[in-house]
Amino acid sequence: MQNLVSFENVIVVSGNFPILTGLSFEAGPGEIVLVKGRNGAGKTSFLRTVAGLSRITRGSAHVLGVDIVAKPGDARHRVGLLGHESFLYEDLTARENILFALRATRSDLSAAKSAMESVGLAGRLADLRVGKMSAGQRKKVALAALLARDPELWLLDEPHASLDSWTREALDDSLNSRVSRGSTVLLVSHETHHGSLVPTRVVEIGGGRVVADSGRVQAAHLEQEARSEQGSDHVA
Amino acid sequence: MWRDALLIAGKDLKVEFRTKVMVNQILPFAFVVLIIFAFALDTSPGTLQKFAPGLFWLAVLFSSILSVERAVAIEIDDSAGDGLTVYGVDPGGIFLGKVASVFVQLSLLEVVLTLGVVVLYGSKTGGWLLMIAATVFATLGLSAAGVTYSQLAGGSRAKHTLVPLLLVPVASPVLLAGTKAWQDAFSASSSLGDPWLRLLIVFAVVYLALGAIFFGSILEA
Repeated sequence: MQNLVSFENVIVVSGNFPILTGLSFEAGPGEIVLVKGRNGAGKTSFLRTVAGLSRITRGSAHVLGVDIVAKPGDARHRVGLLGHESFLYEDLTARENILFALRATRSDLSAAKSAMESVGLAGRLADLRVGKMSAGQRKKVALAALLARDPELWLLDEPHASLDSWTREALDDSLNSRVSRGSTVLLVSHETHHGSLVPTRVVEIGGGRVVADSGRVQAAHLEQEARSEQGSDHVA
Repeated sequence: MWRDALLIAGKDLKVEFRTKVMVNQILPFAFVVLIIFAFALDTSPGTLQKFAPGLFWLAVLFSSILSVERAVAIEIDDSAGDGLTVYGVDPGGIFLGKVASVFVQLSLLEVVLTLGVVVLYGSKTGGWLLMIAATVFATLGLSAAGVTYSQLAGGSRAKHTLVPLLLVPVASPVLLAGTKAWQDAFSASSSLGDPWLRLLIVFAVVYLALGAIFFGSILEA
């Protein structure tokens, strides 16, 4: 089975500072990879590099079968990134932002309505300018744009942050359904419990490289581990 | 590329229509420049008519700095520019879309400013064709050079002071040629073969081509 992401000894330098220091990683279709690590370990930089937003200084990197070192732009439109920024225009409404993202990626415009409804953006909220929205509502708009685009590779940096429990569940259900159809999710999160979105693998990044990789493991085992970690957090 | 250019231009004009920065801030600023410079020179009608083309293009140049800065700033808020990169929008399309949006806004400003020059300075022209052609190509050149240099400065913390520093010297041929072409248009013997018009056409074509080719590298950097 062909890997959707294949990094080998990837080095990325920002200014004079190396942010990825020989990172090697592979992920195939239908995986939900939880990327863990301390603050500043390189998790966000890793996602941005996979998305084609950071220039690779050295190493080999393929995303969706495209050599992103040679042709960084060729896979971008098939990748969905939700990071700390939502890529939204404050003076456009939620609907306009989502339609803009769909037009820019040459996606099906009819997907906008159901995507907005799936995260609770129907009615008055759909025609509200993003600049007047709360952080959680903005996140919903960015998520709806991603859901409508339906990319093959999902790069999610703390996707549950700022979201209410209803939207978290809706997001998890949507992602699970896409993963079952072969999409892959790379999930950066500090949360120990991810609702119904159960990682199939856990990777830890430290100092700009992968320092631990669980490999493909039983979802139930990971879930149990996450719950016990959460339990010990509560006790502590 | 053309499809992306239309998409970006439409989005930028929609944002501009909503925020009304051109109408509420840039246009009043341009009028203030027209009036202040007139006071600084001489308020007698003869002097004002003589210097009207130069004052007009100074007002347009200063206004274009605000306009191109705004066009690039739209993409900096919430890292929307990164969004365009992830969406795979053609960099040449982004450039041409932004140039088109700035061109439309500056053209509207110039129509109002021209009326201002006629009313405030009492200027009259017989060479409308030359005046319109010169204005179109000068505005295209200013928009193309402005978007290029504004994006170049966009990544810098000192971008607000860097844009005028970069753009004013580069755009000085437009200021000079636009002024001369307008002076010729105001004279009795104006024609579309005017050498200053040719300079404006060359400037516009060169900056449009350079921007379309190199804007991707500037964005990546």
